[in-house]
This record gives sequence, structure tokens and C-alpha cells, in this order.
Amino acid sequence: MKNIKFLTAAVFTSLLFIGCSKDDAPEAVNEEEVITTLTVTLIPDDGGAAIILQTRDLDGDGPNAPVITNGDLATGVTYSGSIVLLNETEDPAENITEEVEEESDVHQFFYTTTGGLDVTTSYDNFDSNGDYLGTEFTLVAGAVSTGTLTFTLRHTPTKPNTGLEDAGGESDIIATFDVSVQ
Amino acid sequence: MRTYALLVLLFSSITTMSQNCDNSLSGTVTDNHDGQLLVGVTLIIANTEQAVQTGFDGTFTFSNLCNDTYYIQVSHPYCLTKGFTVKVSGDTNKSFKLEHHIEELNQITIEGSAYTNKSKTILENTINKEELERFSSGSLGDALKSLSGVSSLNTGNTVVKPMINGLHSSRVVIINNGVRMEDQEWGAEHAPNIDINSVNNLTVLKGASGLQFSGDAVGGVIIAESSKVPVKDSLYGKSMMTAASNGRGSALSSKLTKSYKNGWHATLQGTLKRFGDFEAPDYVLSNTGIFERSASLKVGFNRFDYGMEGYYSIFKNEIGILAASHLGGARDQIRALSSEVPLIINDFTYNIDSPRQDVTHHLATIKGFKRFENFGKLSIQYDFQRNNRLEFDVRRGDDKNKAASDLQLDTHTVLLDLESHLTDAITLKSGIMTRYQKNVANPNTGVRRLIPDYEMNDLGMYFVVDYQWNEQLLLEAGARYDYTHMDVFKFYKTSFWESRNYDQLFPEIVVKELENQILTNPQLNFNNGSATLGANYQLGEDYKLFFNYSIASRAPNSSELFSEGLHHSAARIELGDLSFNSEIAHKVALTFQKENDLFSFNVNPYINTISGFIVNEPVDVQQTLRGNFQVWEYRQTNAQLLGVDVDASYALAKNCRLNSQFSLVKGYDRSLNEPLISMPPVNISNEIVYQNPEFNNIRLSLQSAYNFKQNDYPDTNFEVFMPETQTWEMVDVSSTPDAYHLLNFNSSIDININKKSKLTVGLRVTNVLNTSYRNYLNRLRNYADDLGRNFLFNLKINY
Repeated sequence: MKNIKFLTAAVFTSLLFIGCSKDDAPEAVNEEEVITTLTVTLIPDDGGAAIILQTRDLDGDGPNAPVITNGDLATGVTYSGSIVLLNETEDPAENITEEVEEESDVHQFFYTTTGGLDVTTSYDNFDSNGDYLGTEFTLVAGAVSTGTLTFTLRHTPTKPNTGLEDAGGESDIIATFDVSVQ
Repeated sequence: MRTYALLVLLFSSITTMSQNCDNSLSGTVTDNHDGQLLVGVTLIIANTEQAVQTGFDGTFTFSNLCNDTYYIQVSHPYCLTKGFTVKVSGDTNKSFKLEHHIEELNQITIEGSAYTNKSKTILENTINKEELERFSSGSLGDALKSLSGVSSLNTGNTVVKPMINGLHSSRVVIINNGVRMEDQEWGAEHAPNIDINSVNNLTVLKGASGLQFSGDAVGGVIIAESSKVPVKDSLYGKSMMTAASNGRGSALSSKLTKSYKNGWHATLQGTLKRFGDFEAPDYVLSNTGIFERSASLKVGFNRFDYGMEGYYSIFKNEIGILAASHLGGARDQIRALSSEVPLIINDFTYNIDSPRQDVTHHLATIKGFKRFENFGKLSIQYDFQRNNRLEFDVRRGDDKNKAASDLQLDTHTVLLDLESHLTDAITLKSGIMTRYQKNVANPNTGVRRLIPDYEMNDLGMYFVVDYQWNEQLLLEAGARYDYTHMDVFKFYKTSFWESRNYDQLFPEIVVKELENQILTNPQLNFNNGSATLGANYQLGEDYKLFFNYSIASRAPNSSELFSEGLHHSAARIELGDLSFNSEIAHKVALTFQKENDLFSFNVNPYINTISGFIVNEPVDVQQTLRGNFQVWEYRQTNAQLLGVDVDASYALAKNCRLNSQFSLVKGYDRSLNEPLISMPPVNISNEIVYQNPEFNNIRLSLQSAYNFKQNDYPDTNFEVFMPETQTWEMVDVSSTPDAYHLLNFNSSIDININKKSKLTVGLRVTNVLNTSYRNYLNRLRNYADDLGRNFLFNLKINY
């Protein structure tokens, strides 16, 4: 009988405990790794105004599509390009480029063109093994043409590689811009 | 056994008596508890040759006794043997009382507090201890798959989710030692947190008829029970070791039990399992290792009319998820699909890297029962569970070693059950249940919560009555009501909130608006009714017919209600719906069973019609900065599942049997008139078993399992633009793999070490032919082949 009494007491205690807990509202989570914004700055070596290509998706994997700013290049001009990645869900915005550069061994940017766009690209920065990283690059605009220019950031690619086809790894970013060389 | 020993002892100590005696001793033997006369009780007078048995009237008579004091031993198969000293003086009358129900007492220990019968009108499929021990190094799901109609939804080969007649996750309720498992079971890639070595007996109810457990088991109920402890002074245990070639690992498990005649008992059990990367026939499946640790302690006290038990177990499992399955969007998916081999293949290692899961489950329960005369058996149980699930993703920077998902689910449950025999023919089981659950998602992960913080209160009550109409026919009926209240704090992305029109539909639940998120406080209530009606008819000696109709109602789970965002392990965006109602299933199941030594079989057709069935399927492709992702949205529809399970066993010769199984299930979305996704394909298995108990219980078996190609599936393919080639390419995520055939070999032999210890040595080979195959129900089937050949060497010592 003692056992039963103990059990009854245990049950009521637990019911009491169940009845009394009520917590306050939880805190919001700031997404630390989301890349909301990719900005490519192309500075022409002829001293002209910088060209800005940008894709910005403030709701990350939410339903809104990214907002894309395209730009036009001038034929025959060489541009020094740099890529900045931001997480703008945080305030102030977090610069993700720094993280990518710190982990240069496991990251690489790729530049691909389609539609006959006549531009050539070359890497300007490298990882500790001397393999491509590519947050800085040189772009030479060729003949008059239009097409797309895509920037792909791969996480843990095979290094060295000959391009996207044999790079493997996982795509962290794929940003495509409509570009014309005028 | 002890009775026999005593008998031998007694008979061997006979001495001749030379006295002139003609007195008699007569009387009855009755049950100490209910005063019933006991039939077939053996009474032996020590030091004489005399032994008699009580007849059908419960009486006995000894004759030719002297005026002397005799020592009489009274024994009965279902009672504790007792000795009495009797003084005979002339013709003497004496009645004895025995403690009956020892067998029943053991039964109570097995079944836990309330569950002596699971369901009487649905076929119970069970896996016994011997069969379970063969799966010692595997998982619960691996063992369950050996039953017809039970398959599994796998994520790789270590996350094995049981699937009953085509349904899984929240639709399958798992009862572990009388406790309903609350271990984030809604997730298709969340394996049950039970160590298979702690289970002594596994039962599957393919339906919701076990109302004492739950009312929402749309798919069915799996009941895991630990071993029974005899009511006698004893100390025993067993240790098992399995070493396997595939995964290059082993599993160790030990159990020790101490029991006392007075009813006290204690059992300590533990398991350690460690495997490295598993291998497909042609390559290493990188990052698929597993490290599992578990321990449990049970202490209890059992008497016929009262008893109590405390149980605690901890289960910790670290599971690697195939590296090649972690993808960043549709273009990666195309690369993975078009590649013959996984995109990532590294050298074998024991290390478990991201992506991985690290889950800890605590379960503590205390329960007691008391039998009241003319009232019934009253049981009470309190249990507490804490499930901590960490999921690690491939991450960058400081977050590398930080979990991407960190959920803690605490559950407290109190159960009160009453089992009463209203008459000899009618048994009533009834009870109430109250449960409190709290989920906390750690905000420091740096990733938005997959499952929001919530508190949930449940109240349930049920009754099940069965009526033994006559010798042949048993009827069963029952009903259950459950009330669920959910108090949720959920952050929605403002863009999602508005795109779903929630700002118009649910403006009242907004707590506060942040820059790009909205905090809401949904309060949800669900009232669920469930019922069962069934009959069980014995036809002649060998045949039985079961009929069961059950209604199950299931409240939508937190994932179905609140998912909103990228699910990395599936490379897709998953969206739930706040306005879901409960799904209601009507299942009719028939079983025709024949049981005898030569040939036994059962045929079990069923039809399950579910309204408000919640499916998760692709609807769209969404652009993000990471690339394009397929959007999977939860949707409610009307579904129907039909199928048949067949088991047969035929004695080919002495010691040799052929066991066959066949399962077929078809699932349809009746609203859209298309097949349901992830339905198990037809499968047939045949096994020849040779077992000779006279020759060290040697057992050899060869199993052939054939899995057909699933031809009924919804087309969920989508197209994505490839900038490299400037073409639209089809992402084929829905095609099903080809049929495959596997051969498995199993053998074991018992060796007696001494009187008390037995060694069992076993060798098992799975996928003997090293066949490369992919299984439709493996969520990683698009990225890698399934397991290649595996040699498993087992040692078991019983002591």
C-alpha cells in the first residue's frame, strides 16, 4: 500500500509541474551562414566608372527571388574584378568574403559565359597551395557580344581542376548576370 | 526444472518402512488467492513410495499411513512447490493451499504494467529473441523488415525507419517497455532510438487496433518488450559479440539479471557498436560510419497481487550521412544523378564527419500495479523522456563544429489503466493518459529553427472490451478520445508569411514583427476520436479467421505544420501548412490463418482509406543565391492503400522447413488519381532452414529475397537551366531503381561449455553474390549503391 501512496504522490507532483510551466517568447535566430548578396565590382583600367553586378536575396531560401543588377562592358577594356559576399540578414551585415578567403583551400570561384559573350577571365588570387581562389580576378572584354556571365562558388572542390566539370564539391553560390559588351 | 530435481531426489531416498499401518490422509488442494480447487497437484510423502495426484474434484487420498508425522511435498506446474508437515492420527483430513499464478506472475513482468493483450482481433506479428539476436549488430528497423508487410525507409543503411504497410514516421507508434517513444519520430531520416539488444520480443500490430497504446497509429504499432524475469533466486546473463567485414566494425552487448524468490529483480544491460564507412560492391560509401552506445537498468518487485518497477535507459547514437548526398541545389543534383559513382569517395575511415547526426535519448519510467478482488488490475505509470537531436551540416568558418539543428524534446506521461474481468467471458480494459511535451530549439545554431519551440498537452482516454462469445468466437470493440493542445512560438520569414496570405488569415497570432521575420504564437487544438471493432473465429483445429476494422485519427505533427526553409540533407525547400486538420484513417484487415506443424500460413489482405492524408511532394523550383532548389510542400489529400501480406511455412522434411513471404501494397492519391510517393515495391522472400536440435542445435539457412521495381510512382521530375551548356536539363528524382535479388546465408551452432553456460557461434553472410543494387526506399538511392557483401561472425555466451 505504501507503494501506491508514493505513486499517487508522484503523479500529482508531476501533474502540478506540468500545469505550471510556461515560458516566455524565444529569441530570433540570426542566420549566420546565409549569403544574401553577391557584388562583383569591375574597375576598368582606363579610369572609367566601375561596373557593378549584384544579386541580392534578402529572404534567403524564402519565396522571393533574388533582385539582380546587370551591367554592360566596353569592348577592349580590361577590368580588375573583385567579389564581395554579404549576409545582410545580420545588422551590421557580415562580410562572408573574409571567411571564404580564410578557408581558401576549400573554396574556389568559377566564371562561365554563355550565349557567345566574348570575355576572358583570369584568376588574381590563390590559396596557400598556389591553386585558384578567385575572389579577385581580371576580366578582358572582347568583341561586341551579349550573353550571360555566371559566378559559381564551390565549397570543397577538387583542387587543382580544369573547370566546373571536374571540380566536384558543393555549390555555395550560383549567380548569373545578363551582360553585353558594347 | 527444480521440481523434477526434487522428485528424483525424493524417489532415490526411499527406504522401506515396516510398520502395520492402515490410516488414510485425504483432503483438497486449493489456490491461495481465489480458493479454487486445483486439479493435477502431485503430493509426495517423503521417505515413502507414495505419490498421488488430485483428481478433477481437487481431492486426494493417501492410504496405509501410520500414526506418525509425515513430510509432504505438494507441487503443481503453475505453483511454487511447497512442503507441509502433517501429523496423521487415524483417518485424517487435511487441506493444502498453494500459491498459484507463478506463470501469470512472470507474464506480468514481461508485459509491463498494462499490456497483457495487445489486440485480439488483429494478427500479431512477432519476432522472438533468437531472431532478434541475429540482428544484434544492426538496428531495430533491420529486424522488423524480416516480417511480411514491414519494410523500411532508409537514409543510407544506418538510419532505418520502420514502415508498416506503406506508412512510416508519425504514422507508426513505437512502444518501448510500455512507453510511447517520443524521439522526433516525425522525421523520415530520424531512426528509432532503441537498442535492439535491449529488446526481447518485438510485436507489430498492422493497424490502429491497439487503442490502449494510441489512437493515431494510422500505420500501426511496434511494441518492444524487455525480457521477463522469473520469480526465483537466480543470477544469469548473456554476452554477444558480432564482428562484421563491411564497415569493419563490431557490436558488443551484455546483460546480467539477478532475481529473488521474493519477487525482487534487477537487470543491467549495455551495448557498444562501432562501424566505419560501409562499402558498396564497387566503392566505399564515405562518411557512413556509426557509433552507438546504450545502457539500461531495471529494478523491480513482483508479487501476484502487486508490484512495481523502475527503468532507466540511455541511448546515444552518432551516425554519419553519406558525404555525396549533401548537395547545394539542382545543378549539383544533376551532376550527382548523371554520375555512375558517388561524387565523393574517400578512403575507408572510422571518422564520422559532417553531415552527421548525434542523438541522445533518455527514458525513465516508474510503474506499479495492484490487483483488487472483484475489481481488476489497476496500473499506473509515469515516464519521462528527453531526446536531444543534433544535426551537423557541412558549414563554413566558425560554425564548422556547431550543430545546424539542435532540438531538445522533453516528454512527461502519466498513464492509469484498469483491466477487469467483468465475467468469465468479458474483459474490459480502460484507462486515461495525460502527457506534457516541450520542444526547445537551441537558437545558437546560426540556422533558423527547423521545428519551432512548442509546448503540447495531451489528454487521452480509452476502453477496449472483448467478449468470448463461445469456444470459437471472440468479439472485440473499443473507442478512444484524444485531445491535443499545442502552444507554439514560431518565427516566419516575412516574405513567406505574406506569400501564404497568413497576414490575412492569421493576423491575431502575430506577437511581434522583426526586420525580416515575424514572431507568431499559434495555439492549436485537435480533438481526435478513434475506434476498433473486430472478431476472431476459430475454424476447426488449425484454422483461424481475424477481422478488424479500425479508425485512427492523427493530429498533424510540428514538421507538417511549421516546416519552412531549406532542408540540407534532402537538398530541398520544405514548406508546411498552419491550417492542417487531423488525418483520419479507416482500415479493414482480414487474416486467414492456418497453424500446424506441417504447414502453416496466413494471408492478410487490407484496405486503408485515409482522409486528410498529409503528403509531402515537389511543387515548384525556387531560385536562391545557392542555386535552384526543388520546393516540397505538404498537402492534405484523400489516400487509399490496399495490399496483402502472405506468410507460409512448410516442413519439407524432418528438421527442414521452407519459409516464404510475399508483400504487396498499392497507394493512391484519390484526389489527384495518381500513385503515392515512396510506396514499397512488391517483394518475395523464400528461405530454407535446416535446424537439428539433436546435433548441437545446428541451424543453417539460405534466404533469397526478390524486390521488384516499383512501377507506380508520381512523376516529380523538374527542369533546370544549365548555364554551362545553355540548355534546360531534366532532374530525374522520381524514377525508381531496377528490381534486384539478394541471397543471404545464416548459420549457428550451440556448444555447451558447462551445465549452466552455453556458447553459440554463428556466421552470417548478407548479399552473398555481392550484387550492386539500389533500393527505392533508400532516400540516398540517387547518390550511391546499397551495401555490398558482408560477413558477420557472432559469438554468444549464455551464463
